[in-house]
Amino acid sequence: MRVVNIPVNFEQRQLVVPGTLLAEGRYQPGFNVYQDADKYFASIVGLADLRNDLISVIPLRGCYLPQPGDIVIGKVIECIPTAWMLDIRSPYQGILFASEYLSKPLNPMREDARKYLDVGEMVIASVIAFDRTRNPSLSCRDHNLGKIQKGTVIDVEATRVPRIIGKKGSMISMLKKETNAQIMVGQNGRVWISGKSRDDEAYVAAAIKKIADEAHTSGLTDRIREYLVSNRR
Amino acid sequence: MATEKLISDDGIRNDGRKIDELREIKFDIGVLKNTDGSAYVEWGRTKILVGVMGPRESHPKHLALADKARIDAFYRMASFSVEEWKSPAPSRRETELSKVIREALSPAVFTEYFPRTSIDIFIEVLQADGSTRCAAISAASLALVDAGIPMRDLVASIAVGKVDGQLVLDVQDKEDKEGESDMPMAYMPSKNAVTLLQMDGQITQEEFARSIDMLKKGCLEVYRLQRDAIEAHFKVSESSNEEA
Amino acid sequence: MSARIIPVVKRKQIIELSDSGKRTDGRSLTDYRNIEIIIGDIDKAEGSATVILGGTRVTAGVKFEIGDPFPDTPNEGVMQVSAEFVPFASPEFEPGKPDETAVELARVVDRGLRESKMLDTSKLCIEPGKRVWICHVDLYILDHCGNLIDTAALAGLCALLSAKMPEAKVKGDTVELTGKKLPMPFSGIVPINVTLAKIGDKLFADPSFEEEEVLDCRLSVAFMQKGDDEKSLMLCAMQKGEAGYMTIEEVTRAVELAKLKSQELRSLVSSKVNING
Repeated sequence: MRVVNIPVNFEQRQLVVPGTLLAEGRYQPGFNVYQDADKYFASIVGLADLRNDLISVIPLRGCYLPQPGDIVIGKVIECIPTAWMLDIRSPYQGILFASEYLSKPLNPMREDARKYLDVGEMVIASVIAFDRTRNPSLSCRDHNLGKIQKGTVIDVEATRVPRIIGKKGSMISMLKKETNAQIMVGQNGRVWISGKSRDDEAYVAAAIKKIADEAHTSGLTDRIREYLVSNRR
Repeated sequence: MATEKLISDDGIRNDGRKIDELREIKFDIGVLKNTDGSAYVEWGRTKILVGVMGPRESHPKHLALADKARIDAFYRMASFSVEEWKSPAPSRRETELSKVIREALSPAVFTEYFPRTSIDIFIEVLQADGSTRCAAISAASLALVDAGIPMRDLVASIAVGKVDGQLVLDVQDKEDKEGESDMPMAYMPSKNAVTLLQMDGQITQEEFARSIDMLKKGCLEVYRLQRDAIEAHFKVSESSNEEA
Repeated sequence: MSARIIPVVKRKQIIELSDSGKRTDGRSLTDYRNIEIIIGDIDKAEGSATVILGGTRVTAGVKFEIGDPFPDTPNEGVMQVSAEFVPFASPEFEPGKPDETAVELARVVDRGLRESKMLDTSKLCIEPGKRVWICHVDLYILDHCGNLIDTAALAGLCALLSAKMPEAKVKGDTVELTGKKLPMPFSGIVPINVTLAKIGDKLFADPSFEEEEVLDCRLSVAFMQKGDDEKSLMLCAMQKGEAGYMTIEEVTRAVELAKLKSQELRSLVSSKVNING
């Protein structure tokens, strides 16, 4: 049987709100779209997007939900004998087992986990597993991951992270090139910046906040480059 | 008891409105800095701030639900919101309203997306001038949208009252106190779902049917204002269509 | 829960940046954030004001109630300041009774207003020994981005200055409200509270939320002045808060700085509301 699709109800990148009827017929519901019989509705405020027959909504607001493979920046909020609990700006706290942080096993009878990582310290980690029924488990066993020893960390809205990174990493490469700072963007909306001085870091932080504020405006990469050049010290 | 008439002979209410006319309603979104989502509404002289926190870890933990998020609403009135100074301790009325507001909003939210978490809706009535629960529900919907919480639809709400024997839309304080009945409703248009319905006072079945009709029309009007507010807020901050 | 844990990297950043006289939001150490004052936004209250300092937002309302005088001051009305922390103002605020932070805040604001004698409470008496006006100044903390004390003190002050009191007439055993509103019995004195945070070895005026998270301690100083008469400038309340300490030299420096800042804030208030009673 051939199902004829009625054209979708929206223009590409149109602003939609929860309850907006996006289409009727046979489509694939993507992110932030729900189906009721043969109708497709937005479930979140965002920009509607159609790729082939896949309808989704690019969120403008929302919390961070971990996905395996994500790089996140977490703050230690609790030390339990063989693991640390991390605030990762998500409804779910991350858990970092000692075996995923230290290269050797930790014997809680002999050593205090806080010796390695204490409450209030921050780490860059990757998400290994998460399914919403258990807390996301994290790992620091990779290059560039581990405790933050220098620099600073700023918070941005998690929905803005794709713009800070840019298409194929274009924005973040430009930022690094223009400022000579080290930058790591956590998918959870935390950004680590390490520059030559505190002033340098404040300069990079201001640029990143500008990207987050103007995330969905056109010509952003050029505007940020101009901003960096005219504010360079 | 009413000493003066609340509706004039040519059908004008004491605040100048027609029988089926809403007060001026102004929604603002994203007005608070420490919440995940927020909204402010001025509904005639009624002024309400709503802040949403969550989804976040449930406190205390044993209250967490294994299969969905737990929603809580806290409706509170500021001590200076009414004519007489009101003690800041929560009253029985505030407790009941918190419950019905929670139940009016819950059907809209995809709570199953966030098991074991809490979504807290804090409502602060800064000035009360009738229909505060309706204004609170309508504004809370927008605060939930602002928090990026997945929802089936917005929830819009309004009240119909009986005043001088006539049905009037969008009851203000004087009409509520001196009128014969008050009937608030909350409604999710795309699902044709009534999520709150209360009534006090005496009305006939015919008046009930007409009330429902007026309530539905009124809710759709509020719904349109809610959607306009969302578009205005997010269009300003996201002005173009560049590919991300 | 997690918000209360001080991020180690943050404190280091704030201290090191302050060595070159800067702050993370671009201010100098002595700058206040932008201040917006809205007068009379709650028209059901006898007086009201909303103050937005940076992102911190407090709405204050003044309401009158007839009540009993205190036994030791039978001929005086009562001014009572209280604070409500609305849970959406911060993830750390829980619904329920005011906690010690809310109580401290209300009492610090109360002391500043009361000790300045800006309000002549003897004029709030309706019937000596029997009935007086209770003037509630209620502070609603709506958004917390740091320096609640100064924001709440400004809001309470502006709400009070904008207030009108109801007229009451004693008729035999009863009191009758005439429906008329009378000017408040002000003395023309205006107290202004200024809070300084100590972080490392520096003083920060108007601490932001992230600065409060990492501070050692704070000092709030209220300066009062009658009208434009700078000679009448006096201290009228002080409060040190949080667990750290200041040296005597730091306290002296803080008071000096608070005096300068209080002048700035007072002229801002006088541009928004009549301070001469």
